[in-house]
Amino acid sequence: MPIHTIETFNVQFLSILDENGNVDPDIEPEISREDLLKLHRFMTLSRMADTRMLNLQRQGRLGTLPVCTGQEASFCAPVLAIQDTDWFVGSYRELGARLMRGEPLVNLLHGFNGFEEGEAPAKTSRTLPLSIILASQLPQAVGLAYGSQMRGEKDIVALVLFGDGATSEGDFHEALNFAAVLNAPVIFLCQNNQYAISTPRQIQTRSATIAQKAIAYGMPGIQVDGNDPLAVYSAVNSAVMKARNNEGPSLIEAFTFRMLMHTTADDPSRYRDDKEVEKWKLKDPLIRFKIYLINKKIWDEEKQAALEDELKDHIDKTVKQFESKKKFKPDAPFDHVFETPPPFLEEQRMDFLKHIKMETENG
Amino acid sequence: MAKINMVQSLNQSLHEVMENDESVLIMGEDIGINGGVFRVTDGLYEKFGRKRVIDTPIAESAILGTAIGMAIAGLKPVVEMQFSGFSYLMMHQLEGNAGRMRTRSRGYFTVPLVVRMPYGGGVRALEHHSESKEVYFAHTPGVKVVIPSTPSNAATLLKAAINDPDPVIFMEPKRSYRSFKETVPDHPDDIPIGKAMILESGTDITIISWGAMMRDTLSAIEAVKEKTNCQPEVIDLLTMSPLDYQTIIESVKKTGRCVIVQEAQRSFGPASEIIALINDFVLMYLEAPVNRVTMYDLPFPLFGREHLYMPSIEKITNAIFHTLKE
Repeated sequence: MPIHTIETFNVQFLSILDENGNVDPDIEPEISREDLLKLHRFMTLSRMADTRMLNLQRQGRLGTLPVCTGQEASFCAPVLAIQDTDWFVGSYRELGARLMRGEPLVNLLHGFNGFEEGEAPAKTSRTLPLSIILASQLPQAVGLAYGSQMRGEKDIVALVLFGDGATSEGDFHEALNFAAVLNAPVIFLCQNNQYAISTPRQIQTRSATIAQKAIAYGMPGIQVDGNDPLAVYSAVNSAVMKARNNEGPSLIEAFTFRMLMHTTADDPSRYRDDKEVEKWKLKDPLIRFKIYLINKKIWDEEKQAALEDELKDHIDKTVKQFESKKKFKPDAPFDHVFETPPPFLEEQRMDFLKHIKMETENG
Repeated sequence: MAKINMVQSLNQSLHEVMENDESVLIMGEDIGINGGVFRVTDGLYEKFGRKRVIDTPIAESAILGTAIGMAIAGLKPVVEMQFSGFSYLMMHQLEGNAGRMRTRSRGYFTVPLVVRMPYGGGVRALEHHSESKEVYFAHTPGVKVVIPSTPSNAATLLKAAINDPDPVIFMEPKRSYRSFKETVPDHPDDIPIGKAMILESGTDITIISWGAMMRDTLSAIEAVKEKTNCQPEVIDLLTMSPLDYQTIIESVKKTGRCVIVQEAQRSFGPASEIIALINDFVLMYLEAPVNRVTMYDLPFPLFGREHLYMPSIEKITNAIFHTLKE
């Protein structure tokens, strides 16, 4: 028998709202006015808070920070497509998503200032804390989704975010494979921001897209314009519907760009040209979404100015609150190692406190 | 009551726990239809179905990573690493997530899961199937390490591990899987995790071991007793982490002499930690240096020669005599 084709695949790209704010009316998703404004509010808050936090870090008032400016559509729009009772499993570059999930900004400030207290989730939260080890959160999302199903919560899904660099990790491949064979209701959302610190996407993987990696695991994969909030929402929403309908996991590649450094410890001028950044400035998700809202006649420049004033005030107050409480009890890291600490660990705590007291007394 | 071996005892315990607690779920490689390569999970798939007894793809990191998610969601996963030699692929999930989630979430998200794994040498297995790496896991904060030595304590400790609110690495000495049988009572004595067991009380020397080495150590002690009037105090650690300081300290305080027998390699092994502990608390009570019988600091030899390298009854006997004489 001659060689013949046994399977063919294709990879789709979805764009609904272009960079000039023009919407494709045929595929425009139905989102309530309230939700559209919520999305706009949190993308704006995310950008403003990110900018302020970067300033705080530069002034030595905050620790190392993974900034997220430019990627707001990629991480905020997915949250609009899930419920509070669903699981949100993030990485570390999704500030606005965490704020949308109800994490107080002041907690995130404490966390990024090196205090565990900032990582305490709110009661009834189904938002996992930051995950720094790339892709290690992906199998957890599979377990959360499967676990909730087994606990009788048939409608619950897990949304997990990660970057393009994470797709090289074994855990990415293992988790997609597990999710597919377990038919777990998971939405894998890759924020492809083109750079893993200094390593460009082209030498991270030879695949033409990250979306196509889904094909190998037997699940749908799609690439969307990651700076288009409508496309991101639409793709995630349809994946959520599938997952709730017992049709298993999906992979979504949000094609976006990291406008700033990897973290505040990084200097992008060592490895990329400013021209590339300039090009992406034109694709800013905030600009096009504002035009979209204005064209829909639910927004105007006056409202925009009022919103920015309100958010600035909120951020100012939060920063003040953060800076008025920068001291926590020194022995908090001893608090939650085990449910019941072994006796020797309590002895170590006492010993630690004795030293702290001595050092304080000795100035 | 029938006598059973450790595999049967673990299997019975899993059946019992899964019957009584719907939130318990097991998963691993070949643990379902095949019943596990050592048959520890035999019959569970038939009884509880594929949703609670999951044959997973071969991916140790995802096995633990998925189990972490399941545990946070309210299940009690009991996962199997087919051999401890394959468990290194899950280490970042253990150190980075299982052991840290409670801390990271300030006590809000907890990870009550068990990772079972056969470990240790002496069964003529292939490369990577014979190591004793309990210290890898014991060095991980937020994680407990339990090592049974008999069919009876394996049953009790496995149930305790499944009910524990924190992640537990449950290391099964595979040389003891089928090497002897005993009666396992329906309502055995409670052995809490974190508590060592004094098998024999004595005043002359403290002898500490765990896992498969426990049986060899007891044989060595019999040989010593035949030749001397020595009354040793024999401790089965059972939990490697958190270590039962109290039992060790009190015993050595009383006897002034100590021999530790481990199958693990010598340097940075469990005995090193126990000696440091003795040094911290009861150094001045010692009448002789603490002695240890261990594997050599080598990659575990292939099985043709493994018996020459592992601690033997004779090596243990010699060490006890030596320490008694000093």
